[in-house]
Amino acid sequence: MWCIAGTLPDPDFALCPAGLEGESTVAGGLLHLPDGQAVPVQRGTAALAATAILACRELGIAPPRLLLAGDPGSGAGSRAIYAWLEQNLTGIAPAGLTFHYLFPDQDWHNRVLMAAQALAVPPIMVADAGFMYVAKMSGYADAYDLFTPDLGELAFLADEKAPHPFYTRGFLLAREDDVPPLLQRALEHGNCPKNLIIKGSKDYIVVDGRVIDTVDAPSVPAMECIGGTGDLVTGLATAFLCGGAAMDEACTAAARMARLLAQLCAPNPGTQIGELIEMLPEAMRSARSVWPTTLSASSV
Amino acid sequence: MTQNSSQTSLLHGFAQKLRGLFSPGGKGSDMDSGSGGKRGCNDRGLLVFDHTGEVIRAERLLRKAGLDVEVKGPPPELRTGCDMVVVFELVSQARVLDVLEREGLAPSQVVSAHDVLLEPVSLFQIKHLDDRWLMVRAANMKITLDAADGRIVNISGGGCPDVPWVAHRLCGLRLDEAPDPLTMGQTLCCYSLQKAFEELRRQVACGA
Repeated sequence: MWCIAGTLPDPDFALCPAGLEGESTVAGGLLHLPDGQAVPVQRGTAALAATAILACRELGIAPPRLLLAGDPGSGAGSRAIYAWLEQNLTGIAPAGLTFHYLFPDQDWHNRVLMAAQALAVPPIMVADAGFMYVAKMSGYADAYDLFTPDLGELAFLADEKAPHPFYTRGFLLAREDDVPPLLQRALEHGNCPKNLIIKGSKDYIVVDGRVIDTVDAPSVPAMECIGGTGDLVTGLATAFLCGGAAMDEACTAAARMARLLAQLCAPNPGTQIGELIEMLPEAMRSARSVWPTTLSASSV
Repeated sequence: MTQNSSQTSLLHGFAQKLRGLFSPGGKGSDMDSGSGGKRGCNDRGLLVFDHTGEVIRAERLLRKAGLDVEVKGPPPELRTGCDMVVVFELVSQARVLDVLEREGLAPSQVVSAHDVLLEPVSLFQIKHLDDRWLMVRAANMKITLDAADGRIVNISGGGCPDVPWVAHRLCGLRLDEAPDPLTMGQTLCCYSLQKAFEELRRQVACGA
């Protein structure tokens, strides 16, 4: 079982372990949880989860289970998730974990990481958003299997002094030419895992510390403005890894599929991420050649 | 066709900030100029709080009281997570603490600044798309306006959990009617968004 852990922008949404006990579904622009609750598929963890669930449905595999809590920024919902994971991770023993919007808290991060590393079979661990920030801050970023930063966030990972992207030296000055030295610096300081999808006008696929591929087509400039496009890429990578794809194929396929979805939807800068995710099944069906080979073969 | 007229603008005299704020003496401090010896670094103090939301509130209260304060990244020994410190002139410490006390706010530590403070991102990136949409980026946060009707249409980036919450509240609102992001969020990502929001308003006021 793969677990996605993250928060929702809803102060009234209590910690919901029910999402781990059964499969969630996506319909009508809503993420439906096994206990009957439904949340809108908007930017953030709901967008990542909906992407992964819809992609898994097309791949013909069981979708990830969800551990969600509402947190509008106080950190309370995030700490509820951290605490639940620390106490119960052994019981669910996930094959993989994707951490998303969580309040950066080093102490809680370290407790959860220790719990994950104590499992008999350590899970594949993916981190994005706030959890990627805190993983780097903690000094244990290299304990993870995959981060999905954009170019500015790569500069943050490469800046060993920065506790948050807000303080990153040269954050907005990072250019694609800078990827190799920034990657090298982040790796040297142990501030990133060996595998990354570096998102930008050109996506860089990094496996075992080396750039193995780049993806720059099709290019839809409006995607830069749309909140949730990073969630889309991380959700796709989660789905492919959840299906057993190798890291290199999962990352490349995620970057390509997100771009093909953008091309299909032809968004403008005002398009909402939910509108794109609705079209994901059609995009997946029309681009089977992009799927990781193991999944493409098994679902025929 | 997308008009990708990306430009990088400077905020409030970035060069001046670089000269002033990276110096251990802090902004406006001339005490180390030409001294040729030990550089003064004790004219600033740091207010450390347990929660980012308290930092943001303290900054607002102190600025409202006319005090010269800034928010910066703390030195490693003071870090606890997604945190910031308020930098103030040590000579004003009594007044600073009085202002905060009257509002029921108490820092967990008050310490002298050293030359380990980190500089917040001060650059903005501005993009015009299709002569209709205007995107402003500050640090890891982006905000996009539809100039056709003056509405905020998208907010992107960031990783702290208040980002989706604030984005949900702001998207669809007219920029001139939208509340400041910091009235709804409490983290560094929201602080970045506030900066982008203010720059967007400035761009619109300038006819961008």
